[in-house]
Amino acid sequence: MIEIRNLHVHLGKFHLQGVDLTIGEGGFFVLMGPTGAGKTVLLEAIAGLVPVGKGRITVSGRDITHLPPEKRGVGIMYQDYALFPHLTVAANITFGLRYRRHDREAAGRRFDELVGQLGIGHLLDRYPGTLSGGELQRVALARALVVEPTVILLDEPLSALDQGFREDIRLLLKELHKNSRITFFMVTHDFSEALTLATQAAIMNKGAIVQTGSVRDIFQRPATSFVADFVGMKNILPARFDGTSADIGGLSVEIPRKHHNTTGHISIRPEDIVISLKPLESSMRNSFAGVIAGIVDQGFLYEIHVAVKDLVFKSFVTKGSAVDLALDLGANVQISFKTSAVHVF
Amino acid sequence: MTRKEPFLWVSVSCAIVALTFILLPLVEMLTAPSLAMLGETLKDRAVLRSIWLSIYTAAAAAGISFVIGTPLAYLLARCQFRGKRLVEGIIDLPIVIPHPVVGIAILSVAGRNHWLGQFMSELGIRVMGSVTGIITVLTFVGMPFYVNALKSGIEAISPRLENVSRSLGAPMGSTFLRVTFPLARRSILIGLIMCCARAISEFGAVVVVAYHPMIAPVLIFERFEGYGLKYSQPVAVWLVLVCLTLFLILRVLTLPGKKAA
Repeated sequence: MIEIRNLHVHLGKFHLQGVDLTIGEGGFFVLMGPTGAGKTVLLEAIAGLVPVGKGRITVSGRDITHLPPEKRGVGIMYQDYALFPHLTVAANITFGLRYRRHDREAAGRRFDELVGQLGIGHLLDRYPGTLSGGELQRVALARALVVEPTVILLDEPLSALDQGFREDIRLLLKELHKNSRITFFMVTHDFSEALTLATQAAIMNKGAIVQTGSVRDIFQRPATSFVADFVGMKNILPARFDGTSADIGGLSVEIPRKHHNTTGHISIRPEDIVISLKPLESSMRNSFAGVIAGIVDQGFLYEIHVAVKDLVFKSFVTKGSAVDLALDLGANVQISFKTSAVHVF
Repeated sequence: MTRKEPFLWVSVSCAIVALTFILLPLVEMLTAPSLAMLGETLKDRAVLRSIWLSIYTAAAAAGISFVIGTPLAYLLARCQFRGKRLVEGIIDLPIVIPHPVVGIAILSVAGRNHWLGQFMSELGIRVMGSVTGIITVLTFVGMPFYVNALKSGIEAISPRLENVSRSLGAPMGSTFLRVTFPLARRSILIGLIMCCARAISEFGAVVVVAYHPMIAPVLIFERFEGYGLKYSQPVAVWLVLVCLTLFLILRVLTLPGKKAA
């Protein structure tokens, strides 16, 4: 288990302020946050690469706060992989073996196993400068895992890869994690990565952890408007609550349960809002008439902005449906969403 | 930029003037002595001795700079500390101090009136008029070039490589030897060459500390003073040729193209 208590780091412009985290042994923890939130600084603090001002870090009960990086049993893999350019792939992977009291045979077996699993057997005599992004990634993973750290820190491991490769490596990471007792701690800002890999997640902003829990929880029940915005909740509206209804700028919206405060926010994911030309006969309790105020091309989808009184709701519509419905600026439409799609906080 | 740009032509003209300015005197000097004279000079034992002395004292200065300057360059490249600018300024001092002043400064420490000078003379180390003195002076003037070259070389290496090495279990020393040092090899070499080049051309400071034994620049000066331009030219030609050849060999031997890295 990794326990971080009240961690403070001051590093030039970056500050970590009172970071508290508990990560289960052998789990796959994902840390998300916008650029400049201090994610990499947190990783480097755990690895012992930046000085810690205040606070404590323990790994499996061992206080490592002031240990040098080489005595922590914490591996790190950077976004740019940081392979040693002057060493061959094989020498890169075996770099750390001489510092651990490994059984030579076991280390050899582990090397062969990883090389096989990662499919890099044909690269062993090459230099990093001649490898592709995906290959570099695999070599860096092998190098970090062969020394069997207690924790491996992965700094946006997939962000530099092509979409096709990402899927492969994501599955590979999942498998590597499943087959080892190593705790994985990964930084990312891709939600699909987090959803497929993580057993536990946290959102970080401005040097502090703003929410922890399962990814699904964070995704569906953001604790603050920042988290809601960050996880892609587009319709975040201030509201006054009265029983199971919320008043948003004159509109009355049915909410799933009573809220403990009289004021707060509601949010609705754009994919949960249905657009139609006429009121729908369905179980959707919330339905309002509005006018299309904007259409934004999002690749496969259109993001439709519908003005209802003074509010604007954002919804996603496939390009095909947009043509079928003849959606255009100024058109009168109906928006509908289920009570259960309304998130209250 | 098109070919008709006047600025381009001004630039090219200036470049030609600059190149002529550098090359003309050198070519003139190199071609002035006849082959017979060059051959004759090579038989002069004093000339051979002085060129050899120049080479090995400069090499010794580079060696000392390597041993002392490498950790210093690492420290300056990687660590942030209060007074770092001051330290960098101090290292650059030998570059800006007039050369005879360097000689006089060294003598004021190495002389009998200073405790260090006394201590050294008790140990039997003589600086004034000795090879030790020459090496001391050459290290003083050459080391800043080595430290600065290596410092920028190390700065260009991503600290992440060192971080990864540490996280893989390598202590700081081992990380330096296995990661930083091999990657900085090129800068080390360039630093050594620059330090050597600077040392081999030193005259003003050496002549104050040690007129004898004579290094090549002092010998050339003596020949010029005593016998005139014609007699100093052949020695100068040999010194230049030897230096160029040495540096060329060093570069060819140690910089074998770009590796796969």
